[in-house]
Amino acid sequence: MPPRAAKIWGSELAQENSYREGPDDKGRFGLYGGRFVAETLMPLILDLEAAYEAAKQDDGFAAQLQDLQTHYVGRPSPLYFAERLTEHYGGAKIYLKRDELNHTGSHKINNCLGQILLAKRMGKTRIIAETGAGQHGVAVATVAARFGLPCTVFMGATDIERQKPNVFRMKLLGADIRPVTSGAGTLKDAMNEALRDWVTHVDDTFYIIGTVAGPHPYPAMVRDFQSIIGRETKRQMLEREGRLPDTLIACIGGGSNAMGLFHPFLDERDVNIIGVEAGGFGLDTPDHAASLAGGTPGILHGNRTYLLQDDDGQIIEGHSISAGLDYPGIGPEHAYLRDTGRVNYVSATDGEALEAFQLITRLEGIIPALEPSHALAHVGKIAGDLPPEHLLVMNMCGRGDKDVFAVADHLNVTL
Amino acid sequence: MSRIDDLFADLQSRNRKAFVAFITAGDPDVQISAEILAGLPSAGADIIELGMPFTDPMADGPAIQAASQRALAAGQTLKGTLNMVADFRAGNDATPIVLMGYYNPIYHYGVDKFIAEAKQAGVDGLIIVDLPAEEDDELCLPAMQAGLNFIRLATPTTDDKRLPHVLNNTSGFVYYVSITGITGAAAPQQQAVAENIARIKRQTQLPVCVGFGIRTPEQAAALAASSDGVVVGSALVDVIAETAENRADTVKRVLALASALAEGVNRK
Repeated sequence: MPPRAAKIWGSELAQENSYREGPDDKGRFGLYGGRFVAETLMPLILDLEAAYEAAKQDDGFAAQLQDLQTHYVGRPSPLYFAERLTEHYGGAKIYLKRDELNHTGSHKINNCLGQILLAKRMGKTRIIAETGAGQHGVAVATVAARFGLPCTVFMGATDIERQKPNVFRMKLLGADIRPVTSGAGTLKDAMNEALRDWVTHVDDTFYIIGTVAGPHPYPAMVRDFQSIIGRETKRQMLEREGRLPDTLIACIGGGSNAMGLFHPFLDERDVNIIGVEAGGFGLDTPDHAASLAGGTPGILHGNRTYLLQDDDGQIIEGHSISAGLDYPGIGPEHAYLRDTGRVNYVSATDGEALEAFQLITRLEGIIPALEPSHALAHVGKIAGDLPPEHLLVMNMCGRGDKDVFAVADHLNVTL
Repeated sequence: MSRIDDLFADLQSRNRKAFVAFITAGDPDVQISAEILAGLPSAGADIIELGMPFTDPMADGPAIQAASQRALAAGQTLKGTLNMVADFRAGNDATPIVLMGYYNPIYHYGVDKFIAEAKQAGVDGLIIVDLPAEEDDELCLPAMQAGLNFIRLATPTTDDKRLPHVLNNTSGFVYYVSITGITGAAAPQQQAVAENIARIKRQTQLPVCVGFGIRTPEQAAALAASSDGVVVGSALVDVIAETAENRADTVKRVLALASALAEGVNRK
């Protein structure tokens, strides 16, 4: 970490009482976050911030969002006791927060609904988005169809190849898919291209960012729209068990499902919180996407956060079996929670995730996405050593339909 | 007075406009890039804007993205770019050099170290695309304190209310981005650019140069009429791309285009 930044960070840490106070008025979570964008975009993100602040105060906005969450998305998502998984590991009592049951099959819709309502409020008439695995792209294409707005989704050419089912779903929903060939043709490059489009179409376009990254106010806004996951979990666990959970576990690419689950619990100091990064071929190889474990602080896509980068500050492409996790950065609030030690960040490899994917499919009849399979792999590492009264919640943030072809490939099965 | 201030004072006294030439450092390799750099002043470049390659140039179009990739593939580093400037300065003490790029490589290098070494190498100013006025503490203020000009981009979306905020802490000149978009994209509308530059000049004494989307001597001539200077990047970089396979003519062809553009800028 550069020395100037370390100085700022030190003083921030000393004054911290709550883990939920961020961001400050510069959009910072301690050292991280901020608004590192071209001047052309600066007026737009200031407008967005003002519009979002106003929407937060508006009961009508909240009521409309809540109505759609209930009747369109199908919330609240169940908090499911995974009995056979619990028996299998023979330790902690394992609950799954079933956000894969949402309309469109992942947690991404929670955020997209919030942002598209905001886009309508702001009078924007065109939607753009980036996508990696395609779950966010599908959710954006869905809400764009629902609200009758044209939608362009930027997707890396590599990801288009490995996520064909989602590409076709987006096309069915009326989205225009723009393949991105710069860089390695994955999520990072799709985000660059979406930002370039936004700079070019400043008057009519709303950019729906899919994760808790990007310039302020995106990290806070996406977190707020996703934190319904944690708020429901809190309520449901109190109803089921009469107390809060002991451990929360979620996978992290950019980190939106994890932040959604974690945020309402950050000040519950007895709740142990674990984020699972994508370990790819292993942290001892160059092929992983664990920005916190293997990265250093830097600036990309509008915010300061941990990045995978080389000695010259050039960004390195992440690798993961999961297209939704191979991003070389991570949401700035996760970077902050890592440095403060409030959240414990670990990783699971491609192989561990693939194994967990098959295990839960057989034991619980739930085919998970490869992303939460990483979280599940970590559940497997710790659950057996925990006592039976230990309440563990894992965020099942997406379903695996989109991944069956990729998984077949990895298992050497020809479909 | 910085080299940039001296240059504009001199140009204004002779009723001339500045031709600002952009190339990416190390494109297509360090040797050819250094030769182009050394040749640009005689070809008519008044200021050289030297791009610091970055893997993720969010504000740049395909031409300059590709230039960054060629330079990085050839092994260019931030230290290498500073060395290029130092070598250039050994033979030229007059032509201002402005480094343009993105914040991450500088942040990673260390802000204080970068500023000290840039100053030492003979860099005159910085244009850092992803550091808006809101992030002035990061690099702008320490750079200014060290005597480097911090040149800010003003854009069509920078309205009158925001403009003072953008102009504050800007020095050397103001870089007016002629279009909403990325480098090398659509051609700017001359009338709209002229109105916006007039708007900026009502709020600052600094020279205003215009860039983005300017490719030909004719466009340069038209836009020079309403500004203090014209920046051309993608068109020059495209010549490097065109000759990437056979590099024998690269230097000559880039400098020939630079001469034509320089003539356009001061066409009466």
